[in-house]
Parts: sequence; C-alpha cells; structure tokens
Amino acid sequence: MHDFALHRPRSLSEATAQFASGGEAAYLAGGHTLLPAMKSRLRMPDALVDLSGLGLSGIHREGDRLWIGAMTRHADVASGATAIPALASLAAGIGDAQVRNRGTLGGSVANNDPAADYPAAVLGLDAVVETDRATHAADDFFQGMFTTALADGEIITRIGFAIPQAAAYAKFRHPASRYAIVGVFVARFAAGWRVAVTGAGPGVFRWAEAEAALAAGQGANGVTLAADDLNSDIHAGAEYRAHLAGVMLRQAVATLA
Amino acid sequence: MQITLSINGQNHGVDAPAATLLVEALRDHLGLTGTHIGCDTSQCGACHVLLDGVAVKACTVLAAQAQGQAITTIEGLGTQQALHPMQQAFRDAHGLQCGFCTPGMVMAGLEIVRRHGTQLTPELVAHELEGNLCRCTGYMNIIKAIVAGAAAMEQSHA
Ligand SMILES: Cc1cc2nc3c(=O)[nH]c(=O)nc-3n(C[C@H](O)[C@H](O)[C@H](O)COP(=O)(O)OP(=O)(O)OC[C@H]3O[C@@H](n4cnc5c(N)ncnc54)[C@H](O)[C@@H]3O)c2cc1C
Ligand code: FES
Ligand code: FES
Repeated sequence: MHDFALHRPRSLSEATAQFASGGEAAYLAGGHTLLPAMKSRLRMPDALVDLSGLGLSGIHREGDRLWIGAMTRHADVASGATAIPALASLAAGIGDAQVRNRGTLGGSVANNDPAADYPAAVLGLDAVVETDRATHAADDFFQGMFTTALADGEIITRIGFAIPQAAAYAKFRHPASRYAIVGVFVARFAAGWRVAVTGAGPGVFRWAEAEAALAAGQGANGVTLAADDLNSDIHAGAEYRAHLAGVMLRQAVATLA
Repeated sequence: MQITLSINGQNHGVDAPAATLLVEALRDHLGLTGTHIGCDTSQCGACHVLLDGVAVKACTVLAAQAQGQAITTIEGLGTQQALHPMQQAFRDAHGLQCGFCTPGMVMAGLEIVRRHGTQLTPELVAHELEGNLCRCTGYMNIIKAIVAGAAAMEQSHA
C-alpha cells in the first residue's frame, strides 16, 4: 500500500476540513472495501480520515423509522435491527463473520457496489440517508455503479429505514466473494409494495412490474424481468440473472415476515 | 508514525508508516509470525486475530486502528506445555495438515464460541467457518476440532 496521512477527527466539521486539506482524501469506516482496494492499488489516496471517533454508531427507533448510525457494523445490525427482521438477516448474510465484525452500513451505502446487499434494503425500505449537510431520499440516492448523490467530502451520518408491515430479502450469493449475483428485497407498506434488486444490473433498482403485481394481489409467479440492461460477466449471463431475479423474488415473497 | 499496540497483555511501541497493516506490524515489526498471510483479497482468514475478543482479519485493519484495543494473537493463547483447549483439540482431532491456515482457524473457533457458546453442532461450525480457507484438510477434522475444543473450553473455563 502507498503511504498516506492518517487523520483521526473528533467532530464532523474537523473531518470535512481534513478531507479538504489537500490531495486526494478518503474516509475510512470499516475499511473492508477501501483497504483491499488500496492493497491492490486501485485506490491510492494521500490522506485517510478515520470516521470512528465521531460517535456515528447505534440503532434506535423513532416513530415509524429505524435509525442506524453510519458506523454501525454489520454484526451489530444483524443482532440489533430487531424492528426489521429482514434487515437484520440481510446484514447477517454479508461476507463472513469477520467481515461483519468490521464493515459498516455507511461504508457499504456510500460505496454503492452494484452487487452489495445494503443498497437493496435502503431502496426497498424507502430509507432516508442523512449526511453532514443534507437528507437524501433512497429513490434519488443511488445513481448507478459506484455512484451516489453524495458530494465530494459529504459524510453519511445515519440512515432511517421505514418500518414495513412485512419484508424479506433473498440473495443468491457468489460462493467465493459472497456478494449478490442477484438479491431481491421485498417490502409491504400500508401505501404499497416496494421491490429492490441488487447484483443484477449496473446498480440497485426498483422492479416496477413486481411491485405492481404484488399490489394487484397477483403474487410473484408471472413476473419476469427483461435481460436487456442486466449484467453479463464470468459469473452469470444477463438471461441467467433475469431468471434468477424471478426465483429470488418468489423466495422473498414466500418468506415475508 | 508512532503506534502503541497492546498484544497478548503487553504494550509494544512500533514506529511504522500509517499504511502498515496490523498483520504487518505483528509479523514484520514485532516478529509475531504465528499470524499468517494467505491472500491479498481479505478472503482466506489465515490472519485472524482477536481485537477486544472479537475476531477480525488483521490484513484488513490498519495497525493504527488497533491502538487502544486488546489484541490477542495465536502466541497469546497457550504455551508449548499447556496449549489452549482449542489448540489442543486441533492437535487431538488432526485438525491440520500443513498448518498454514491453523492459527486463523483456531481464532475462528474462538469467535464461534464467543457468539454461540460452547455447545456446537458440526453444521453450525461448517456454516460459521465460511471466512476461513484450508487447502489441505477438507475441513472435516477442523470442524471436529472446533466442536471438541469448544466443549473442552466449557470444562476448563478457558
Ligand atoms: C471478503 C469480503 C466479503 C464481502 N462480502 C460482502 C457481501 O456479501 N455483501 C456486501 O454487501 N458487501 C460485502 N463486502 C463488503 C463489506 O460489506 C464492506 O464492509 C462494505 O462494502 C464497506 O463498508 P466499510 O465500512 O468497510 O467501508 P470502507 O471500506 O471503510 O469505505 C468504503 C467507501 O465508502 C466511503 N465511506 C465510508 N463511510 C462513509 C460515510 N459514513 N460517509 C461517506 N463515505 C463513506 C469510503 O471513503 C470508501 O470510499 C465484503 C467484503 C469483504 C472483504
Ligand atoms: S490474509 Fe487476511 S484474509 Fe487472507
Ligand atoms: S492445513 Fe494446510 S491450509 Fe489448512
């Protein structure tokens, strides 16, 4: 790894000032995406700004939302997000135990890997992403592969998930990386259904046909996803992913809780 | 930068670049070569150590991030004369061949006990070991070792 300056701010304003203090900077959360990228020299920042001293972790319920701090680790969401069992079980299926002991919600959402799990829950649960300077609705936040609404230097502080009547996440994991080849998050609210798909396309997206079919009480059986805009790579072709999305949708619907 | 690490109950000062990984500080700066490096992609688990009792990949944590936490490495578990029950179980159950993955496997065993207690089933251990790769054993004896080691920890209150 190339060397860098390591900053350990005690406040959000200190963190953003250090981020902007010259050269390429990156925030360090759990480090389980950033450090591997730095080891392989995909990223070579001049400065890392460690977010661990800002008090950004914890889980609490406020009315109809479950708020989770950006620095909350996957293992703590798995054990602590009891108000939304589908979210807890999604977190329990990320990587392996040691990844879950370090990786954070905010790091995963800021990174927006097209095969990551959390983006499906953020979009499926109509979450709001709060930052040091703004509040983003999930529908506007994810903007395609590794791209989000975050401005340079903007810090996610916490994410508020709408608590659904029922929800479930089904994921077909890549056996080596454990990321989703396809993952489908289904949530039922009084106002309607939301279905979010990760792993299949260049970024997480809502599946309008599935939402409409579930809202119409037709169930998931006849719903199909067009392969046109889906990913094709050495792990799975677009047709395969399209079919898999249907299978994951039906699995999720069958396990709604 | 100057980094102070508390390893197996003792403080160590390390003067190293900020980019130093915890596993590099342990192996290259402090000569604690029991913690292994098996991959460059954070996937194999040969580097597992405990931070405040919780298993982490030492290849994916900066040494500087481990300051202020109690680090436990394989060297800190038992002695040659009196192995930790989890180590002894790997020996008794033939839970290793070349031994390269073993320090990480023992630490993963302790992590499983931390989260699930000392009464384990082979199915649970097999599932929970997904962050550890072994090139030799085929895993069966590793699973047996962790089930037995956990039970032995109950008896010895280790
Ligand atoms: C072996 C392995 C298996 C994995 N398997 C899975 C899997 O199955 N599913 C899955 O979804 N993920 C998986 N991951 C990724 C893991 O979940 C990461 O922890 C996560 O993607 C990034 O979170 P982090 O806290 O580690 O972030 P970091 O690596 O510290 O940061 C990631 C990026 O986000 C930025 N960032 C971090 N926090 C913030 C913030 N609060 N505000 C703004 N920007 C921020 C950083 O600057 C960086 O660019 C895996 C990782 C590994 C190593
Ligand atoms: S060396 Fe750390 S996971 Fe392989
Ligand atoms: S015993 Fe050789 S890698 Fe596991």
